[in-house]
Amino acid sequence: MAFFVLKRLVQSVFVMIAVAFLAFSLFRFVGDPVSQMTGVETSEQDRERLREDLGLNDAFVVQFLRFTGDMLQGDFGYSYRTRQPVAEMIGSRIPATLELGTVALLISLVVGVPAGVYTALRPRGFVSQTILMTTLVGVSIPTFVIGIMLIFLFGVQLGWLPTFGRGGTVEIGGWTSSLFTVEGWRALILPALTLGVYQLTLTMRLVRAEMMEVMRSDYIRFATARGIPYRSLYFRHALSNTMVPVITIIGLQFGGVIAFSIVTESVFQWPGLGLLFLDSIRFVDIPVMGVYLVVIAFFFVLVNMAVDLLYVAIDPRLRVREAA
Amino acid sequence: MLTRLIQSEPVYLFLRSPAAILAAFVAILVIGGAVLAPLLAQSDPYDLSSFSLMDGLQPPVWQGGDPRFLLGTDDQGRDMVSAILYGARLSLMIGLMSMVIASVLGVGLGLAAGYFGGRFDAIVMRIADVQLALPAILTALLIDGISRGVLPPEVHQDLRVAVLTLAIALSLWVNFARTARASVFVERNKDYVQAAMIMGQHPLRVMLRHILPNIMGPLLVIMTVDLASAILLEATLSFLGIGLPADSPSLGTLIRIGMQFLLSGEWWILWVPTLFLVALVVSINVLGDFLRDVFNPRLR
Amino acid sequence: MLRVENLTVQFPGRFGVFTAIEEVTLTVAAGEIHGLVGESGAGKSTIGAAVIGLLQPPGVVAGGTMTLGETDLRALDPVQAHQMRGKRISMIFQDPQTSLNPLMTIEDQLIETIQAHEDIGTAGARARAVALLEEIGIAGAAKRIKAYPHQFSGGMRQRVVIALALCTNPELIIADEPTTALDVAVQSQVLDLIRRLADTRGIGFLLITHDIGVIAQITDTVTVLRGGRVMETGPTGKVLRSPEHPYTQALMAAVPPLDHKLDRFLVPHDDRPVLSAPEGRSAADAEAWLTAGAQILGEGLRLQDVSVRFSGTRTSLFQRPDAFTALDRVSMTVRPGSVMGLVGESGSGKSTIAKVITGLVQPSAGALYLGDTDLPPARTRGRRDPSRRLIQMVFQDPFSSLNSRHRIGEILTEPLWLYRLETDATKRRDIAAAMLDLVGLSADAIDRFPHQFSGGQRQRIAVARSLLARPRVLICDEPTSALDVSIQAQVLNLLKDLQARFGLTILFISHNLAVVRQMSDDVTVLKDGKVIESEESEMFFTHPQAAYSRELLSLTPGFPKTSPQLG
Repeated sequence: MAFFVLKRLVQSVFVMIAVAFLAFSLFRFVGDPVSQMTGVETSEQDRERLREDLGLNDAFVVQFLRFTGDMLQGDFGYSYRTRQPVAEMIGSRIPATLELGTVALLISLVVGVPAGVYTALRPRGFVSQTILMTTLVGVSIPTFVIGIMLIFLFGVQLGWLPTFGRGGTVEIGGWTSSLFTVEGWRALILPALTLGVYQLTLTMRLVRAEMMEVMRSDYIRFATARGIPYRSLYFRHALSNTMVPVITIIGLQFGGVIAFSIVTESVFQWPGLGLLFLDSIRFVDIPVMGVYLVVIAFFFVLVNMAVDLLYVAIDPRLRVREAA
Repeated sequence: MLTRLIQSEPVYLFLRSPAAILAAFVAILVIGGAVLAPLLAQSDPYDLSSFSLMDGLQPPVWQGGDPRFLLGTDDQGRDMVSAILYGARLSLMIGLMSMVIASVLGVGLGLAAGYFGGRFDAIVMRIADVQLALPAILTALLIDGISRGVLPPEVHQDLRVAVLTLAIALSLWVNFARTARASVFVERNKDYVQAAMIMGQHPLRVMLRHILPNIMGPLLVIMTVDLASAILLEATLSFLGIGLPADSPSLGTLIRIGMQFLLSGEWWILWVPTLFLVALVVSINVLGDFLRDVFNPRLR
Repeated sequence: MLRVENLTVQFPGRFGVFTAIEEVTLTVAAGEIHGLVGESGAGKSTIGAAVIGLLQPPGVVAGGTMTLGETDLRALDPVQAHQMRGKRISMIFQDPQTSLNPLMTIEDQLIETIQAHEDIGTAGARARAVALLEEIGIAGAAKRIKAYPHQFSGGMRQRVVIALALCTNPELIIADEPTTALDVAVQSQVLDLIRRLADTRGIGFLLITHDIGVIAQITDTVTVLRGGRVMETGPTGKVLRSPEHPYTQALMAAVPPLDHKLDRFLVPHDDRPVLSAPEGRSAADAEAWLTAGAQILGEGLRLQDVSVRFSGTRTSLFQRPDAFTALDRVSMTVRPGSVMGLVGESGSGKSTIAKVITGLVQPSAGALYLGDTDLPPARTRGRRDPSRRLIQMVFQDPFSSLNSRHRIGEILTEPLWLYRLETDATKRRDIAAAMLDLVGLSADAIDRFPHQFSGGQRQRIAVARSLLARPRVLICDEPTSALDVSIQAQVLNLLKDLQARFGLTILFISHNLAVVRQMSDDVTVLKDGKVIESEESEMFFTHPQAAYSRELLSLTPGFPKTSPQLG
């Protein structure tokens, strides 16, 4: 088991290095940092001096190592657009995106898993068919359309909820949270719903498919033949076996949440990482782009490691060696 | 052959599934409209001379608008019907091209990785791992960003469609690769593949002639689903302003334009392209779902 | 105790109603082991499922009665029916690996089952469970009960399954192919256990199987099923020794006897088409093409000190993985034109030998010879090496050995153009059609797809394909293990005929000793990758030398020593 964990750790490190390399290559080859930072009037000499100072003339490997070294120490360079340290920019935006993503993920799990279980156990019922049809449509409507529709309905027509921004925020030791005010929650609902809907449909379909597969297995048949009460069958035997593969996918979904947050933040003007990234694309602000990449990959890798550990804790086949 | 097709299981199931039939109908309408746009549309929305500002902001016919424009016009005076037909055309074209590129690349790599295993497989899977850490939108945005930084602005404009297609294709190939690879692992241990290998057949022949026809099922499902994803991705990118610009709009761009009028009452500029896009994607997804059930009878 | 009368089960479907079982009557008394035997598709499992109320939808009981003691099983409502499961009727399935919930300990699964039917505390339930496990032969039960299913071996797992079925003291246990997935030795132990349980606890068993040897070993009565109908029923000894119904007689005639060698199986029904094949596409043409002038086709095959070692998978950072030795200095000589039977239990290395010879697996040591020439091992064997054509293989599973997306014609002509044996496409088709006739299939099979044929027919096609390479050596890896007994007899006859006519060298791999005896001239026994014994076939079966060989022979579930009389 320890070996399994170690193997995954090594894989994660590899992924991080690869992403860092990607980000670094961005820096190095896309656009010229010097011309980004200076105006037209700067002399060639000054440019050359700037190049030296920034270490742009050193060997590739040296630069890469310096790059990673800086990153590990928290120095992410400076934005081309705002001249601010990227670390600060990213840091100030993280809470907004994380809160949004977590609430959205929670919504998708709390609604998606039970819905998936229900539609798996009663596949032919009217309720199930309706749920399936609705989710199918839900998967097909682009996130931004859902956002627009929600804004239209709740923001414009009914006027119940605000349509942009974060509402009231509270500072807790450097973390700006909107979870502690009513205003904050009112502003959070629509974007979280928008983001959560897509994840919800995915989760639901996954849980349904897995559960139906499990219900067809031999051990469920055997347990039925032994007269185990149905409730125990569904929730103790079937559900636990269903959740094992589902957990892995949920880890992957976290990546999806981060990605779609870009769109949601754009629609709702939610001041998070996604919006920052979008701006950086538009203005070709390479440092921000690169660092965003690395930060996202890091979160993703972290979540996946957690999921793997959870996996090992749950499935005894991974914990204990097989017999001869 | 045709009778075999008509009597086959998929067709039988299709004719008994009202959802699939409806979806197919809608899909044919939308796709047909998109393909025949030059014939059906009364004006070419890309041709700046074909519309005038004077006709701008006309509501649809039933709300008292100009009978020339069935669904009204946008702020530039473009006929909405023409706009969505051409827009769908563009969306579909890009979606289809990227899906084809992604599938050829993905299936090719997946087949080879599954067949040869070993080092090659490990390399392909590591690349896939890295790509998976960066979700589709991210990859697409990145590639667009990179091309924007690398190419001079005018070139970037001209190559807009190509860049977009490439970006979307590169974000979708992993799906194909992993499915193909998993299927190959299953088929590889089957006796007919072993028989072919024992006989000394060329690996390419074994992969393409023997294995590929047997894994088409799941691949077909992914192709349909990814077509929908590609179209959605393009729409999202255009909506964000990174995709196609306003003078050669896809459905996503039209929605972006329409959003400006959300609060001001010209609802048709927003909702007409939106509904058209949703109809297109939903019908493709329903068909994809149907295909998935066809190939996996146990889930029915 | 169990009374089934005129039971009919139907499955409404796309093309109409399929009647799986029709007017079946049987009884099982307390302490009686009633065998239910039939070939695949006969409906055996359906009867079991109907009795316990677990028919796969859309199956319905369309007629007849089922009573257990005083209770009318059909009259129960779903709640009552479910309560009865486990309490009075229990069922065990074929594969012990998938029958147990992998996430729960044995203890939890046992306690849960006991408490589902009785009002008993956890400690009491646990004590009962431990006692039960000890009784059925799991030593150190108090400790082992805390383990998970994957920590048990196959035979032990099946015992756990039996314990789970027993722990509620049912009156009837339905066992659906309980030993099919197990090794011969383990199979024997589990069968003995079932016999013991019937005798000591008075439990009635409905033992469903396709293996007549199993029936012979432990059942008291037997019902023979075919196409959903009862062909014959009665005390086991009588039905097997002097069957009355022609189907039973044919079935008994098709069972390969362990105690003597037949020249040919007597199979009354033949697949052979009545129409004679057209000019140029008949069996005679195929024969002429195959022999192409040569007298005897077969070449000899020799393995010398061949070893195969697989590196294990790493499971620990600190320990190097154990290497797994699949073959340990195996030497074997197959005389040209003879049939060598290769026997052993699963995991003994039989298939690995086949893979080494055909070039799928690289040996880590040793040499191979085809006739007088070296046979290059896997990695150095080029794709165009002549041995690729000269050595052909027939696989075990008829359903995966033919590419289901290719037509038969394409499958058959593939070796012809691959090995450049015939460059003209039309002639290739002719030769393929002729070969079909040779193996007993009609030529119009050429345009059909594999799924349109039965298992036995597909095996014939597989044999035809291998012959179309004009081979010298044929490797048959369990070619009939997946087939019904009567079909097996036909295919074995085919192989015998071909071998007699063309003098092919055949390496016949099987775990079924009776089949091997019918086919082989020589026998080699393999255990854990090592050759235990190797000698002439009849010598081996009458006077086996090694202790392991004797053990294998005695454990094979089989007939009493007299052979069945045909009417």
